[in-house]
Parts: sequence; structure tokens; C-alpha cells
Amino acid sequence: MTRQITFSQAVNEAMAISMREDQDVILLGEDVAGGAAVDHLQDEEAWGGVMGVTKGLVQEFGRDRIIDTPIAEAGYVGAAVTAAATGMRPIAELMFNDFIGSCLDEVMNQGAKLRYMFGGKAKVPLTIRTMHGAGFRAAAQHSQSLYSFFTHIPGIKVVIPSTPYDAKGLLLESIFDDDLVVFFEDKTLYTMKGEVPEGSYRIPFGKADIKRSGEDVTIVAIGKMVHTAMKAADELAKNGVEAEIVDPRTLSPLDEDTILTSVEKTGRLVVVDEANPRCSAATDIAALAADKGFDYLDAPVKMVTAPHTPVPFAPSLEDIYLPTPDKIVKAVQEMTGSELVL
Amino acid sequence: MSQTQTNQAAISKEEAAWMFQKMLEIRHFEDRVHEIFGTGVLPGFVHLYAGEEAIAVGLCSHLDDNDYITSTHRGHGHCIAKGCDLDGMMAEIYGKATGLCKGKGGSMHIADVEKGMLGANGIVGGGFPLAVGAGLTHKLKKTGGVAVCFFGDGANNHGTFHEGINMAAIWNLPVIFVAENNGFAEATPFHYASSCKSIADRAIGYDIPGETVDGKDVVAVREAAQRAVERARNGEGPTLIECVTYRNYGHFEGDAQTYKGEEKVKHLNDLDAIKKFYTYLTEQGIMTEEELDKMDEDVRRDVDRAVEFAEKSPHPLPEQLLEDVYVSYKTDGGAVS
Repeated sequence: MTRQITFSQAVNEAMAISMREDQDVILLGEDVAGGAAVDHLQDEEAWGGVMGVTKGLVQEFGRDRIIDTPIAEAGYVGAAVTAAATGMRPIAELMFNDFIGSCLDEVMNQGAKLRYMFGGKAKVPLTIRTMHGAGFRAAAQHSQSLYSFFTHIPGIKVVIPSTPYDAKGLLLESIFDDDLVVFFEDKTLYTMKGEVPEGSYRIPFGKADIKRSGEDVTIVAIGKMVHTAMKAADELAKNGVEAEIVDPRTLSPLDEDTILTSVEKTGRLVVVDEANPRCSAATDIAALAADKGFDYLDAPVKMVTAPHTPVPFAPSLEDIYLPTPDKIVKAVQEMTGSELVL
Repeated sequence: MSQTQTNQAAISKEEAAWMFQKMLEIRHFEDRVHEIFGTGVLPGFVHLYAGEEAIAVGLCSHLDDNDYITSTHRGHGHCIAKGCDLDGMMAEIYGKATGLCKGKGGSMHIADVEKGMLGANGIVGGGFPLAVGAGLTHKLKKTGGVAVCFFGDGANNHGTFHEGINMAAIWNLPVIFVAENNGFAEATPFHYASSCKSIADRAIGYDIPGETVDGKDVVAVREAAQRAVERARNGEGPTLIECVTYRNYGHFEGDAQTYKGEEKVKHLNDLDAIKKFYTYLTEQGIMTEEELDKMDEDVRRDVDRAVEFAEKSPHPLPEQLLEDVYVSYKTDGGAVS
């Protein structure tokens, strides 16, 4: 039987492999080991991050490489930028992507621009791992999906895996990439199991993955929305509508060719994104279709996204905040009209 | 006094010549940039370092290419003291292809990583975490190198001051934080914006040494720097040095400097750092007036040559717009090409 591990274990495994392969890889973040300088604490009892994603790394690699930081995001993310520029290959963990407010300058004005401002005479091989996503009852400041924010900034690469397999291969690619990568981990996916090979493998950036083939409608879904879209596709199939699900996997760079080729085939595009809808990855992909795929389209592009609100706490509200299979099915029905009645 | 005499005697003629040369280079470079900016040919913002030469030179007299520095928007002086090429710097300020950053950084982002110069920086307070990162590399790779973070009195009230110094202190990193207190953050006086008597006093909060020195006295800066650099190289952690100084020009070129008072005249004359060092070197018999005056003439010529080089240099080619964003590919809009 093929090996099944969780998304969280896949992320952990990628970091461990990279640290075995390259002494310059270090991990910095808040409680990534946990309990630094607590005399009675044995390393095997250390937290390994608030969600346990980095658990065990400090035992193998020690506290010189698994570095607990103060709660000072500007300080340690900024330090990771120049540690990268001066010869290390750091991974900085920004616990929640919502905390980017505390270190945006270090990412946006320093890390992302350093190479360009220096005329190409420096590189920043830094990976910022960060947790995102609603559905965890974590409320407005711990639930956002801010990948479009980073996609907007030149000099940053943006990665959003949807499966354990993709998480491991893309994280290894991120760590050994010579540019600044922001790697998004959906907190609701950590416990998801999937087939993951042992050993090292890398998934190149800018290669979208067709998670399901179909002829009638293209659904571009980001991160965990891939799974929501898969459920919608099952419903649609019952009524004879075959959806093709395209997982971009990286938003910067974006695999425009795979998206456009799929739209050319199906003539219809729905973009599913759990982030807020204005100036977002969803609007960006919709604009791509309008700009470069207009002749392929048989219907207007539809977007299924969160509303333009913060993420609510109340479970009853958060459930309707997120895109659901029903909403996707409805969007497809609207665009297929009577031709493909469900 | 005895310690001062010992240290003064410790400056060799070779070291003194290097220091005086670098101070002259900064002064004449900045005076020329001021002059040229007035003619309207230079693009963008320019912030001049003239008047503060003793600080960059005093610190960098202890550094080599393996040591890193982070800088500020007022970064030309740090670049020169760290050994950046004058021609490449001037061309960068002109936005020419031959600039140190191919004309893509400009005055506020001049960098030369090979020389350990991690860039002037357009963000006030931006340098603290960056210096910590360079210090972390030194510590992890056991290079024996140090990182020096130059910052202004304005940055001493920025949140990154706290995050950066605290982190350098808990990790015992080889970082030297050097405040260049020129009395004004843009047009806002230090005593208005900072709830402390001196920036050095803030070192107490991090349990690290802090001292204030006369930032117009290159010998005094050099001595303080020596103590801090030795501590850092010996693994004893960071130091905060406050250098009290004054900038000869405004916050930026074009600043009417209405906030400055009578003290300005004194700073430009009696308290001038280069005059002070000139007098010191001749009185101590380390160098002669003839030698120093000859250096002054030579440096003026070097700066003239840098201006000529910059003016004659080509502009960047249009395709350079899309280069150097990423290591692995060029960009064109959002797509990879």
C-alpha cells in the first residue's frame, strides 16, 4: 500500500529533508521548537509550533538551527532577509499570515526588492511559511487568506498547495529556490491525509495541476477550494456536467497556459477563491481570461469567493462566509443556462 | 586622559591617511552632488552625509570586506567608508547603467554586497533587523565578522529599534548599533521626538553597553568603535554607540532648513570634523600639512573623474526594466517570460 501521511507531516518532512541536504537551512519563528532555555524541558517534549507542524525538528537539528524567536515579526523576518542575502537559506515561519501587518516592510520593501535595487548583485533565498484560511473558528485576525497581497508585489513567489503531495514537493522547491517565496499552509488542511512518497522530490513553480479532467466548465480553485470544487464537480457530474478543476499551485508565477488551454477546451470559467473578492487572485485570473481568452468564452466568467467582509467568528456566519460546493454548482448552473440543466 | 593618549598614539600614519582620505572623499563627493543637484540634472531624492564623516569613517576603520554594514537614506558616506567605488556610486546617483546597482537603486539604495555594504535604505528603521540577520549569519557560520547598523535619531523611535536590538542582545550577536544623532529627524528635533536624554541611555533596557561620543571627533568615534568591535568579535554581543553630530545640508536636497538656528555656523566652521582631524594630525606630528593638502587636491580630482564617468556613462537599456526581479526568470506583467 502506498504511504499516506498528513499535510502537516508532509510539510515537516520537507523541512527535515532540506536541513539534511543543506547545512545553511535554518528555521526561525515563534515557538518553532518551543520552550527555549527552559531547563527542565527535553527537546522531545518541545511544542514544535502552535499546531505541531515543526515538532521533532529540534531533536534532529538542535536549537542552533531551529531557532525560537521573540514575538517580534519585523525583527526576525527582517533578519531572515539578510541572513538569506549573506549566505544562509532560512525558513521563517510567520505563524498566521494575518501577522504580516507586523512585518510587511521587511517582506515588501526589503526582501522583495533587494535583488532589483541592487541591480541583480544579491539574492534572497528565503522561504516564509505561513498559515492561512477560514473555517477554524479563529475569527477575523487569524483566518484571512492574504496570498493576493503578496502576488501583487514583484520579487515574491507565492505558493499555495492543496494536498500533502503538493505541499512536500512545493516546499522543497521553495526552500531551494533562490528567490523570496511565501508558502501558504491552510490550517484546516493540516490533518488531511494523502499519498506522499518518501525521500526528496520537487514540484516546479508555474505548473498548474489538473486535479480533475472535464469538458464542460473550467473551475480554477485555489488551496483548499480545490476540495470544495471537487465536491461540486461530483454533484455536477450527476447531472451530466463534467468540470475540469485546475489547481494553479503557485500564483506567482502563474501558469497562464494551463488555465487558458482548459478554458479553450470548456468555453466556461469559474474561479473559486476563499479570499476576499476585491483586487484578488480570483479577479486576476478572471482578468486573464478576459484579456487572453475572450474568444474561448461562451459565457461570462463567474467568481465564487468570500464576501467583502472580515472573517466572522460565529460558526453559523463563518459557514456562509466560505465558498461551498452548492455555491459553485449554482454558479455553473447560471452560466450553463438551459443548455445543461442540472 | 591617559587612555585617550594611548589610543591616539595607536593611530599609525597609514591608518590616519586612510581615515583622512575617506573623510575627504565623503565631503567632496557630497559637496559635488549638492552642486550638481542644484543644476537639476539629478533625478529623485538625495540626502547628503556631509558633516557626519567622522562616524562612518571611525567605525569602518575597524572593518574589512567580510564585515557587513546596513545603512540609511543618508547612505553615501557609509558606502564610501566601506570601500565602494566612487565612479560606480556617482553613476548610480545619475541612474546610469554603470552604477553599482546598474542604475536601478539610486541614491537611496546604493549597495555593494561584495564590499559588505548591504545597501542604503529608503525606510527609516529598516536597518535594525537587517543588521541582526547579517550578524546571525556571522554567528552561525563562525566567520568572526561583525555587522554594523548605522541609523539616525529618527529611527531610534521606530519599533524595529526595539525588536532588532533586543534580538541581537538575547542571541549575543556580533552587531554594533551606531546612532548618528544629528539633532533632527527631518525637521523634528531629537528632544521633542525621543523620551530619553540620550540614545545611548536606551542600551540599559537591553542590558548591553551604551555610550555617547562626539560624532565630530573621528578619533573618539574610532576608539568607541574599537571597544564595540572587539566585544562583538569576542562573542560578547552587541553595543550601542551614539555619535552626536550635525548634518551640513538639509534633510534632503531642497530643504530650506528653517528649523536650524545659529548653531549651524559653528558646526560648519569651528566644529567641522575634517578641520578637527586635520589639526589633530598635524599637531600630533602624524602627517604634515603638505601631505594632507595634497590628499585634498587628489580627492577633488577623483570626484571630478567620478562625475565625468557618470555623465559619460550610458543609460540602462529598456530590457533591463524586466531583469533582476527574480533569479530564475524575467517578468513581463504578471507572466513569466
